[in-house]
Amino acid sequence: MPVTRRDFIRGGVAAFTVSFTAPAFLSDIARAQGARSRSLVVVYLGGGNDALNTVVPYQDTFYYNRRPTIAVPAGQVLQIGSDSSGKALGLHPRLTGLQSIFNQGRLAIVQRTGYQNSSRSHFQGLDIWGTANPSLPTSTGWLGRYLETVPKDALSGWSTTREVPRALLSRDVSVPGIPDARGYVFASPNNAAEGLNERAAATRIASHVSVDLPHLAFVNGTAMGAFETLDRVASVAAYPGTVAYPNNGFAVALRTVAGSIVHGTGTRVYWVQTGGYDTHASQGIQGGGAYAALMGTFGDGLAAFYNDLQNQGLLSDTLVLQFSEFGRRISENGSAGTDHGAAAIMMAMGGAVRGGIYGTAPSLNPDFSNPTLENSGGDVRYETDFRSVYARVLDNWLGASSTAILGGDFRTAAPPIV
Amino acid sequence: MARSELGVEHLLRRAGFGASQDDLKAFEGASTSGVLQSLLEYERQPDDVDSKIGDPAYASINRGGGFSPNLNIDHARQRWLFRMVHSKRPLQEKMALFWHNHFATAYSKIAGIVGGPQATRMMALKLDELPGPQGQIELFRSMALGSFRDLLIEVAKDPAMLVWLDGRLNTRQRPQENFGREIMELFTFGIGHYNELDVYAAARVFTGWNLRQVNRGNDANSYYEFAFNPNQHDTSAKTFTFPIYRGGGTTIPARAAADGMQDGIDFITALATHPDTARRLARKLWDFFVSEVVAPDETTLNDAASAYLLTGTRIESLVHFMLRSRQFQNPANWHTRYSWPVEFVVRAVKEVGWTGFNIDTLRAPLTTMGQTLFEPPDVNGWELGSGWFTTGGMLARMNFAAMLAGNQRLNLVRDLAGSGSSAQSVLDFFLDRLTPAPFDQSARSELLTYLETGGAWTGSDAQLRTKAAGLARLIVGSGQYQIV
Repeated sequence: MPVTRRDFIRGGVAAFTVSFTAPAFLSDIARAQGARSRSLVVVYLGGGNDALNTVVPYQDTFYYNRRPTIAVPAGQVLQIGSDSSGKALGLHPRLTGLQSIFNQGRLAIVQRTGYQNSSRSHFQGLDIWGTANPSLPTSTGWLGRYLETVPKDALSGWSTTREVPRALLSRDVSVPGIPDARGYVFASPNNAAEGLNERAAATRIASHVSVDLPHLAFVNGTAMGAFETLDRVASVAAYPGTVAYPNNGFAVALRTVAGSIVHGTGTRVYWVQTGGYDTHASQGIQGGGAYAALMGTFGDGLAAFYNDLQNQGLLSDTLVLQFSEFGRRISENGSAGTDHGAAAIMMAMGGAVRGGIYGTAPSLNPDFSNPTLENSGGDVRYETDFRSVYARVLDNWLGASSTAILGGDFRTAAPPIV
Repeated sequence: MARSELGVEHLLRRAGFGASQDDLKAFEGASTSGVLQSLLEYERQPDDVDSKIGDPAYASINRGGGFSPNLNIDHARQRWLFRMVHSKRPLQEKMALFWHNHFATAYSKIAGIVGGPQATRMMALKLDELPGPQGQIELFRSMALGSFRDLLIEVAKDPAMLVWLDGRLNTRQRPQENFGREIMELFTFGIGHYNELDVYAAARVFTGWNLRQVNRGNDANSYYEFAFNPNQHDTSAKTFTFPIYRGGGTTIPARAAADGMQDGIDFITALATHPDTARRLARKLWDFFVSEVVAPDETTLNDAASAYLLTGTRIESLVHFMLRSRQFQNPANWHTRYSWPVEFVVRAVKEVGWTGFNIDTLRAPLTTMGQTLFEPPDVNGWELGSGWFTTGGMLARMNFAAMLAGNQRLNLVRDLAGSGSSAQSVLDFFLDRLTPAPFDQSARSELLTYLETGGAWTGSDAQLRTKAAGLARLIVGSGQYQIV
């Protein structure tokens, strides 16, 4: 049955409110007992990443024929060797930090990830990646379903966006949206003591749940989620990082995540995103321009995060998983841009990652019989089902059961990235 | 005044942004149907709200370096918020906000291409204040309740849209799919009614619908306007998987380049008059006006869609249908919408007060709550309904309530005069003034407990000043206030 956000509120309110009455500081107890927790940081490139300019098949002549303006020149790519089919690959020149992590064996690139009949809609596409259910992308999120299997805690998930994405939607776990811990405070028009009175009163009022008013219960539930997370998030707010992070929203979000990991808040899943990837026009000539700026934001932010966690000795507890809702068309359009396409790449980064190149690059020959393409040679055809990457992460990193969470067995074809 | 007309308050929250004390005086004694009539026929109300900017009886604006709402996007934001607070035509502003979400266009991409002042013109230029076509938001205001087909045609020619979805670059040799896809997926009948071949064909329909710059190099008088470029129009026939013409024909015929704009007119007419477009718009307006908790039944949806189709795609017919429906009048459906951040802050200002309040202080909290005007997150608009309510977003609302309550403390204490004798009378005053959804008995007793926390109620000046602000923040920051 399709589930909308509205249905959650109608059907799931009883369970939803229970999560807020569970002990709030389970993770503190676990930490006091010396437990270390693994975390997953999902990085979403919003808008549909032009993967062929992220990981460039720089010896494919069709790449240059079909992208006369926007192709990254072979001389500029950061070489990372060849895939198992012998196709030479190079990273976009702005990804120097990621090349270094690749060379350390801690960056995995999975080529041609996607699914059958890839959606070219941003919103349906993101819902499919979020639910891990291409035939019914209106259910709960794959990460939300994972969080249902771990001990209840108000900070078990953490979205650094203001809207909590569908991937983190669950029937009984509410994930907070905290873009920057520094703004996550409870203000008062009065002095500090009176402010505490107000907070106490607001908490008690929000804790009254009207079962016959599920939408009010939902709003009050988010207020309770705020009150239960305020103090722990405050401990993260001042985290400066051991390295200088770039000055943009993506990097601030990653520094916030690093602060949370360093302070041991016990969060298991973080969601970070950066947008601007819907590059229909003027994406940049010969490796420069707008797409290069996107790559700079992405690569520099992730490199700072990686180095910070390495300095903190926490790299082996952290896995970063990158995706986008689709790749883009192979041929550039008349506006020095690319329209919506199909399969793209995923990346994984972290201390436990088995680095390297997984899967094979497409041949970009537009011949209709080319099996690595679809849509009459217009788009890249998927080779690795994205759910098999999820399965590997769920089973081998989070210690969960991928078959239960994904509703099917995707383990056999899973690339062994971790 | 006592608020006995709960139906009027409901109407003003939904069809407008709530009621100020002045609004209530103006509507005193009026029937619900009389108020509805006056809201719907807003053309009869004066369109003079902009002339009140700078008048000390109204909220103030931040003029840093002069007020240039046609050239500076932050000033444009202030002007729009000022209109929402003070307009005598609240439904017009409400519909402009609806269309801003429906045709979600973000300033920052446009500014990155044509620069900030030109991008502000494209979003918000008020006709005749500077040379050039009216900005997108003015387009929405002027056509808010008119023909949806006509609105779609104007949107397809709107300079902001031509930059936002790259139509300015759509040429015969290499068609641009962005607008052609989104007009089907998001602006009209929605996903499931077209395939990739339709996307290709739609892109070709709009080839040559480009932009030109007038008076280039003359900053004060330079502007962009729509231009059909016949040389860049693909003149060949375009075939779709759905009917374009009344007889069921699915092919837009090959035409001479000079007549090529007719392709787009035919295509838009087909989309606007498609029954699934009618149903989709009806559903969106149901959610916007009637309820986000209860779905409309099939009959209601079909009746609304029929009204739209029978009136030649007039939006007015759908809005009338919703606001006059028995479901709208039914008290069970009151307080069943999740207020958008903009609705929340504007209503709070109208109800709490604006003496000495600067409209510009709304901007930063709105961003933290997740709604920056002229900056929707993507072409799909904002995540509505319960999607607004994350912990961070809720904290931002509670903190805005605290800021506004502190700012209006003296105003509130003054208005409270005569009602401050007991904690109960103070609570009654605030619940009457702020119109939250009903608090149940236990929540009311928590509010009373708060008033007497730190000392029994004496009504001293110090106690009133502290607790008036504290209580106002608790009510405006409560869950009951967020649902409208």
